[in-house]
Amino acid sequence: MTSLQKPEIAIVGGGPAGLSAALSAVRQGAEVMLIDRDPALGGQLVKQTHMFFGSRKEYAAIRGIDIPGKLMAALEEEGPEKFKPLLDTTVLGYYDDGVILADKEEEQAMLIKPQKTIIATGAAEKMLPFPGNDLPGVYGAGAVQTLMNVYGIKPGTRVLMIGAGNIGLIVSYQLLQAGVEVAAIIEGAPKIGGYLVHATKARRAGIPIKTSHTIKEAYGKDSVEGALICSLDENWCAIPGSDLDMKVDVICLAVGLTPQTELLWQAGCEQKYIPELGGYVPLRNEKMQTSLPDLYVAGDVACIEEAGSAMVEGKIAGLYAAADLGYAEKVEERYTSYYRELEELRAGPTGAKIRQGLSRLNGGV
Amino acid sequence: MRIKEHPIIDFKRGKPVSFTFNGREITAFEGETIAAALHAAGVRVLSHSHDLKRPRGFFCAIGNCSSCLMKVNGAYNVRICVTPVREGDRVEMQEGRGDIIAKA
Amino acid sequence: MLEKTGVPDPEQVKDITPSEERLQKGPVVIVECFQNIPCDPCRHACRQGAIKEFEDINDLPEVDHDLCNGCGLCISECPGLAIFVIDATYSEEEGLVKMPYEYLPLPEENEEVTGTDTEGRPICSARVIKVQNAKALDRTPVVTLAVPRQHLMKVRSFVRKGGE
Repeated sequence: MTSLQKPEIAIVGGGPAGLSAALSAVRQGAEVMLIDRDPALGGQLVKQTHMFFGSRKEYAAIRGIDIPGKLMAALEEEGPEKFKPLLDTTVLGYYDDGVILADKEEEQAMLIKPQKTIIATGAAEKMLPFPGNDLPGVYGAGAVQTLMNVYGIKPGTRVLMIGAGNIGLIVSYQLLQAGVEVAAIIEGAPKIGGYLVHATKARRAGIPIKTSHTIKEAYGKDSVEGALICSLDENWCAIPGSDLDMKVDVICLAVGLTPQTELLWQAGCEQKYIPELGGYVPLRNEKMQTSLPDLYVAGDVACIEEAGSAMVEGKIAGLYAAADLGYAEKVEERYTSYYRELEELRAGPTGAKIRQGLSRLNGGV
Repeated sequence: MRIKEHPIIDFKRGKPVSFTFNGREITAFEGETIAAALHAAGVRVLSHSHDLKRPRGFFCAIGNCSSCLMKVNGAYNVRICVTPVREGDRVEMQEGRGDIIAKA
Repeated sequence: MLEKTGVPDPEQVKDITPSEERLQKGPVVIVECFQNIPCDPCRHACRQGAIKEFEDINDLPEVDHDLCNGCGLCISECPGLAIFVIDATYSEEEGLVKMPYEYLPLPEENEEVTGTDTEGRPICSARVIKVQNAKALDRTPVVTLAVPRQHLMKVRSFVRKGGE
């Protein structure tokens, strides 16, 4: 076992929230260790070929794949000596005394005792139960994106997309760009859940979107050869006789995300089940500080939302983790501007669910 | 199965490396994971479920789901979706839970 | 219904269509953005002030067609790829539709293609007039098609003949 490392702030997860938190804390003057299990920083951004929405401060109209580079450049400018990325490193545990146990590829396990920790571990994909969902050829949407957009490998030749939220719509479009046919996007709900501009993009490229439809079964011998889908009535019950057989070799599941809160459970911070926010999420104050004063959160682990909001949450968590260590320059002013930005991003009809979830988390009904 | 040209991404593939899967020689590119390289080579079944022996394939790609555990250079239970491929790797399909004591 | 099918209703399209009088004056923008989402790059892209200042980032873009000169700078800036420019004054029979096109291979100028509508259905033959793919467009090429004038508000994409 190597000796105990003692950074001022440790951030677990180098996606949009973690990177923004690092930038914000380093800007305040704090020293940051950013731990990520991947060989490169950026989290899921490295797979997002589309331009982002949101505000210009959070890189609207910039492609997701280009954002990590911009954040890294900003970190470089703020003071590379204060920023220590620890890649290929998986955090295995968070102990009562605030010690983190981490495992770096091909090295010994290490112990880290930061003064403040920001958990930005993001989300995991949800699964959908149906017969045959374990067949090779059934993929999580993230896996399809990894294959296509990181390694440049097609997942198959003809895809059935399950879920018309933003991820289902965006990945369908990305499949077309990679030269893969998308047979249909089906969605159990009566309405498209993702941004409608993503839906119109898929439609004008000829992809049917079937709302009030679900998958009944995937079939095939050693891998997917097809799927049975059917329509649902207003009570989400299958309509008899509505079965449709689709010949596809890939079934892609984009049925939602759930916060990766394992470390938060282990740390013992208080959490509450809020379906609007994606499942169990940590209680936190306006500083993004959990019920444990040295532990902060940001991004999808705190609430399943767009990357833009995750980045602003990261800025807030980084700001206060640093401020609590005494790096308190312009804290009020910066917080006010970040807070206003979050409010704006969540103000519209697409933010209604998030607003409701946050109000329930904070004790409302 | 490899994307030759892409409107947004310029794939910077590493130099070719070769490894074996169940004895069969496969060419991959440096920087790829073993699972990505197998997928590109058309290998879809990566393991079997312990009881019913149902085929399992590439599913999560981030080391979470365990459906791609294989024996690599003698070590069992390697998550090949997060393990970079290296020249000369011996990759084998793993049946059952494997021997966790066995070392490369 | 847009929320159910992903296809805008004819009334929604009518609401954003410039007046016949404006169409006769030359190229003009068509912003097919029908949902309040937090997004505003279009209004920052417009140098004519034709896309009005947003009060709230969730506002729908409001276009003053009289200020728009049809330059098309906003086309590749829209993350939703929902902006088009049409020119009804191109010729007696044909008008122009400028659209974002993020697929490969890009078409050639003068190539005959099939114009498709918001459901991806083929509706007419079209001719590629121009393919812009400058660095500033950041990998969102803009393709200009000549289409029969009656289809100017219908053609929103195309497929290459004999291609995919």
